[in-house]
Amino acid sequence: MSDDTQDHDGSRRDFLYLSAGAFGAVGLGAALWPFISSMNPSADVLALSTTEVDISQIEVGQRVTVKWQGKPVFIDRRTPKAISEAESTDLVDLRDPQTDADRVAQPDWLVVVGVCTHLGCVPKGQKPSEKRGNWGGWFCPCHSSHYDTSGRIRQGPAPLNLPVPPYKFLNDTNIKIG
Amino acid sequence: MSAGTHQTGGTGSGLVKWIDSRLPVFSYMQKEYAEFEAPKNFNWFWNFGAILTFMLVLMIMTGVFLAMQYTPHTSLAFDSVERIMRDVNFGWLLRYLHANGATFFFIAIYIHMFRGMYYGSYKGPRELLWMLGVVIFLLMMATAFMGYVLPWGQMSFWGATVITNLFSAIPLVGDSIVTLLWGGFSVDNPTLNRFFALHYLFPFLIFGVVILHVIALHVTGSNNPLGVDPKGPQDTVPFHPYYTMKDSVGLAVFVTIMAAFVFFAPNFFGEPENYLEAAPLVTPAHIVPEWYFLPFFAILRSVDFNIWFIDAKLGGVLAMFGSIGVLFILPWLDKSPVRSANFRPIYKWFFWILLLDCIVLGYVGGKPTGDPVVAGVEWFKVIHLGYITTFWYFFHFLILLPLLGIFERPKPLPKSISEAVLGGRTPGATANAKQMEKA
Repeated sequence: MSDDTQDHDGSRRDFLYLSAGAFGAVGLGAALWPFISSMNPSADVLALSTTEVDISQIEVGQRVTVKWQGKPVFIDRRTPKAISEAESTDLVDLRDPQTDADRVAQPDWLVVVGVCTHLGCVPKGQKPSEKRGNWGGWFCPCHSSHYDTSGRIRQGPAPLNLPVPPYKFLNDTNIKIG
Repeated sequence: MSAGTHQTGGTGSGLVKWIDSRLPVFSYMQKEYAEFEAPKNFNWFWNFGAILTFMLVLMIMTGVFLAMQYTPHTSLAFDSVERIMRDVNFGWLLRYLHANGATFFFIAIYIHMFRGMYYGSYKGPRELLWMLGVVIFLLMMATAFMGYVLPWGQMSFWGATVITNLFSAIPLVGDSIVTLLWGGFSVDNPTLNRFFALHYLFPFLIFGVVILHVIALHVTGSNNPLGVDPKGPQDTVPFHPYYTMKDSVGLAVFVTIMAAFVFFAPNFFGEPENYLEAAPLVTPAHIVPEWYFLPFFAILRSVDFNIWFIDAKLGGVLAMFGSIGVLFILPWLDKSPVRSANFRPIYKWFFWILLLDCIVLGYVGGKPTGDPVVAGVEWFKVIHLGYITTFWYFFHFLILLPLLGIFERPKPLPKSISEAVLGGRTPGATANAKQMEKA
């Protein structure tokens, strides 16, 4: 370039460098965005994000697993004993304090995502033959997390309760998850 | 590499000279791989650089040809692997070479790394050389992990689930990152697809970093078992033919051992559970990673308690990544000016204790945490052994090494490589060595 006689302190050149650099950085970020965004769930994956379940055949005390968004969802028609245990738990004893009422739409039915909040294993306890842990809910065999009859974490490395998916009762015999 | 005869600048055939004056590949090879002066006292542990190079090429070769037969789709992947085993010509050989190759690749890199630790190869001026090596190790771990997912067996699926869930421990953005990694709401077809793409990409990234690793090596020159710098041509030999030959012998032995596994015990290192197709609703009773990840898995599981505001899950993840992080800063943790453990009477012991510690961590990583270590001794469980060995791992790097640099009194170093090599370490023989040097 030419010897600049006007711009002795270089401030105009600095401004040009900085603004060109800033535009370049924003442009690069904008160009990267589609690449990163393409890795997020696509429209067809999102389209499969609800599941309807017929619950009329489930007996009291029976647990059923359904698949929602590729993950197991536990549906538990709880016994009166399980409900009273869940409701009478002192919140002080909980790692992730939540009342049972906050976790169910109807006390008879517990619906939780069956994925351990530690590292994503599926806890045992859906079949009567399986170990249900020290609190009668679920037991994750991977790293020994125990969940209670409301799906709340009670013991082991998992930090949080089994999450409750968004769901609603369409009528007495059908629920829609998602 | 053929050119043992022509000099730098090219006195080779006309064609070689013509090319070399336009693109100096021949003189480069001659300079960096034939004439390159290496210390003359290498022991067999210096074979592993060449062995690792061979393994990388073998893995890329077998991998490219396997990719021609493999289908990265959840409903087809498992069957396509069985098809490779049964129907594809030599498919069984390609697959078993690739699967056992991963194991032997890791055996070689672990020996290479512990060699570096014993002989202080990470110390100045080789800090960047070492750090590039740690980058290669990290890339290898990522590549191996994604490769293990591809057969879409039970361990593939659940290993992928557990490892990707590690990122959910990151505060605030953890869950979004996991969804981004999965491309969905669980490990599923988008996950398998991208793992395949990345598993194909990463080896070439490794190749690139290996080139940087070798460039850095050729700037500083190799370390050697004495850890003293070569003082002149009397301390070195040209890489070719001396070390090309020695590396070939070591490579032949190494490949023979690998071949024994490939042909006679191809599933020795594998997990039988992975011959069951992935079932997203059924977790296997005992999820274990491949053996080469077990020490890190043990560290992950051993932090099962909260540390101040860091919950157990995040703590475990931080400890696991930290166990590799300490390797990055190792050149600055070890303050001792002496490289080789042969001249460090205290460090030498702690080196072997660290090696033992890592082996015990591997044992811990492979067992359920609630099992007793010795049958019948109920108060001492695997998790307790995990606490001790995890603590020792970090204690070694973060506390012991800096302190040893201050308090350890190293043995006197030999004056030069040739003095030590030709004369032993007795004073009488040293005089002898000097005479030989003059001769």
